[in-house]
Amino acid sequence: MLRRRVIPCLDVADGRVVKGTRFVDLVDMGDPADLAERYAADGADEIVFLDIAAAPERRRTLLDVVERTARRAFIPLTVGGGVRSVIDMRDVLRAGADKVSLNTAAVAQPNLIARCADRFGRQAVVVAIDLRRRREADGWEVVIEGGRTPTGLDGVAWAERVVELGAGELLVTSIDRDGTGGGYDVDALWAIRSRVGVPVIASGGASGPDDLIRAIQDGGADAVLAAGMFHRGTHTIGSVKAAMYAAGLDIRTAA
Amino acid sequence: MRVAVVDYGAGNLVSIDQALSRVGADVVIARDRGAIEDADALVVPGVGAAGPAMRRLARSGLLDAIRTWLADDRPYLGICLGLQLLFDGSDEDGTETLGVIEGRTVRLEDAPTLPHIGWNQVDRRRDHPLFDGIPDGADLYFVHSYAGVPRDVSVALATTMHGRQFVSAVARGPILGVQFHPERSGRDGLRLLANFVAIARAGSARTAIQPAGVTA
Repeated sequence: MLRRRVIPCLDVADGRVVKGTRFVDLVDMGDPADLAERYAADGADEIVFLDIAAAPERRRTLLDVVERTARRAFIPLTVGGGVRSVIDMRDVLRAGADKVSLNTAAVAQPNLIARCADRFGRQAVVVAIDLRRRREADGWEVVIEGGRTPTGLDGVAWAERVVELGAGELLVTSIDRDGTGGGYDVDALWAIRSRVGVPVIASGGASGPDDLIRAIQDGGADAVLAAGMFHRGTHTIGSVKAAMYAAGLDIRTAA
Repeated sequence: MRVAVVDYGAGNLVSIDQALSRVGADVVIARDRGAIEDADALVVPGVGAAGPAMRRLARSGLLDAIRTWLADDRPYLGICLGLQLLFDGSDEDGTETLGVIEGRTVRLEDAPTLPHIGWNQVDRRRDHPLFDGIPDGADLYFVHSYAGVPRDVSVALATTMHGRQFVSAVARGPILGVQFHPERSGRDGLRLLANFVAIARAGSARTAIQPAGVTA
């Protein structure tokens, strides 16, 4: 059986892992390669790096971080943030990433998804979709730039569109829940998961193993991503996997 | 123990380079045929479609070198696309491939999700030193939508279930292939690469009386 994945997410700024609420009050959490190696040893199934600074002049710093990490953690590595062209994607893959996550650039130029998938295969193209629940109507709207900018796109329709264009995986983040610890938006996950055939990674709002279990059982998520609960040490990869295993989920138990 | 890793511009070579180095190989990234000819073992990684890969290999002159290598029955490990290329051809884009193992590469049927991404169990079909020290049913990391279907099932070392069973590792003499990514599969993956290096080393010890360059 294909296992459900647990993925710690590391927000990286200027070569360091940082923690903060909605990009303010950032606290230094350490070296990305150190943390990735520790999470891998503890049973993480993949690592996601999000470059939250992503200024063009800092590009080299990010690529160095990716390469140092790829040389120490022998599990898959996805990198997001600031990838705006096929060349950007090539550089990140060459540095040692296995997958690249496209977000704002995919909304601005949807054909980038197709061009990246043609060149590197769809399995290497993750499209990150940030969602905000609509207040006046049913459903979710796609937002970009860390949730600051609405796009007018319907979340489910956009998910179907990016899969048609060549996305091999979707990283679905609830901006309403992100950083709140209130649990994933399970309705949004299921609305998307029931309409696409590619794996869906749940993100935004997890504070404990029950949230991860619900995202899989009720949201149909193929993988669950979390940051704060692991960085703060309130839960470890090992402890949440033990809870998921006890709940009857198919997970990888050996590191 | 010099292991040439074939580079045809498709993607991440850092992890395979690092993983092979970790298990004691001297890794050479091979971008032309000269880099292959001096090697003791050949690793062909890669993801994506067969057509672009075959074209890029042909352009760099690596394709002929790989064909010669395989015809001489020298140690080869194909990873993901590097395994699929061993078959006669791929249904993904109709490309004819190396034809070392009879059969075709086809889309995974009845898969609940595609691409097949993540850790899945690798169930052994027969004993082979490539899997020494790795538990039967170990979870290893996959990223693909297509897989080779060998006509002769006796080449299958292992199978994996995703909707339907598919062949996830093959062996034909010293020519080996795995559909998963050992370089991204944690401790068990590193063990498999160490086993490959050991197999290649044993093979080169047996043929050491041949003068260098005899196969060129």
